[in-house]
Amino acid sequence: MADKIFAWLDERLGLEGIYGAVLDRKVPKVNWWFTLGSASLFLFVMQGITGIFLTMYYVPDPTKAYDSIEYIMNGLAFGWLIRGVHHWGASLMVLVVFLHMLRTFFFGAYKFPRELTWLTGVLLLLLTLGMGFTGYLLPWNQRAYWATTVGTAIAGSVPFVGDFILKVLRGGPDLSALTLTRFFSAHIWMLPAALAGLIGVHMYLIIRLGISHIPKEDE
Amino acid sequence: MAEKVKSPKMSRREFTKIVTAFLGTVMGAIMGIPIIGYVIDPALKSQESDAWISLGPLEKYPIGAPTPFSFTLTKVNGWERTTTSYGVFVLRHSENESDIKVLSNRCTHLSCRVSWKEPEQTYDCPCHDARFNIEGEVVYGPPPHPLDTYAYKIEEGVLFINPTPQEA
Ligand code: HEM
Ligand code: FES
Repeated sequence: MADKIFAWLDERLGLEGIYGAVLDRKVPKVNWWFTLGSASLFLFVMQGITGIFLTMYYVPDPTKAYDSIEYIMNGLAFGWLIRGVHHWGASLMVLVVFLHMLRTFFFGAYKFPRELTWLTGVLLLLLTLGMGFTGYLLPWNQRAYWATTVGTAIAGSVPFVGDFILKVLRGGPDLSALTLTRFFSAHIWMLPAALAGLIGVHMYLIIRLGISHIPKEDE
Repeated sequence: MAEKVKSPKMSRREFTKIVTAFLGTVMGAIMGIPIIGYVIDPALKSQESDAWISLGPLEKYPIGAPTPFSFTLTKVNGWERTTTSYGVFVLRHSENESDIKVLSNRCTHLSCRVSWKEPEQTYDCPCHDARFNIEGEVVYGPPPHPLDTYAYKIEEGVLFINPTPQEA
């Protein structure tokens, strides 16, 4: 029965073909460093899932943000776990994505024909850092508030347009409710959407071009 | 290397598939089960407070005439507190301390507040023209059952009610 249903679906969706192209690829002899990209992807999905569930109770408003997180941590079953995974996962993702970049750099995997893989990768790293920056403000505690004050002030030190950039980031001259809602919007909608889209391109390139082999001594 | 050692029972590929499916299921359960708990938790918590509410000395309530009393209750919902006010009518039938009825002023139709009409000796609901008699029974109108009542107790001459109303 299950076989019949699968055959019916496969005939229409071409599942075997997708499976073959995505998972049954030919891969050169590689080592554990080559798993860092998949680890990045796994962490991205994990952050997505835990983040979606955090928005169920989190409120992006200066008078309520701190209390809502307090409630997640102490008033709810497993709130500490969901938030804990999201909190530590965030740091781990930055680390893993960075190590992944180092691995592709040291193995020379950015060369022809993989320049675009590298290019989308650079954007992915920037977006991942952006996720960290915007997410850090959301608990709206002292550390978050001052970290963002400093972070946006650094962006404000750009010559000529710095003041304008600072106001755009903060939604005004100072940190306020507007800063919190725009960081929240960026953190849960804009940056993840951009990340998801670029991960799609990145993965397409990997599947299309295949994984590079480990460089030989004479290369 | 390892690929050359062919097991008659299971290929390397099959083994990997099984291990992946197994680990995937374990990881899915480790996150999935807590997530379910996290989502349904607020539905499992009881919000009923059972601290008795004092309505003051019994003697201030006249016999035979429903007397209104209102109180507020604060409910904590996550990070937010909501204070709602409630109204009751205290009706003493006689001097007897156990001969008391404490009626909710919440209409049993759609929760409008009823008010006592002295000349008619009825509680009237303004919303859909309903009327209850002095004992809280429906005289006419859409309400499906009589006004709710509150459990009460008297301690040293003071009247207390349990804040959870009971359906009559
Ligand atoms: C959200 C972040 C990222 C995800 C989810 C991701 C995912 C992946 C995956 C699954 C692979 C397959 C091969 C492997 O795992 O090593 C890969 C390959 C690659 N990635 Fe990323 N990546 C990310 C960020 C980056 C960054 C920051 C760079 C560099 C700036 C980069 C550059 C590359 C390159 C050049 C390859 C091709 C490697 C080869 O063909 O050997 N990626 N990526
Ligand atoms: S609410 Fe009282 S009659 Fe409808």
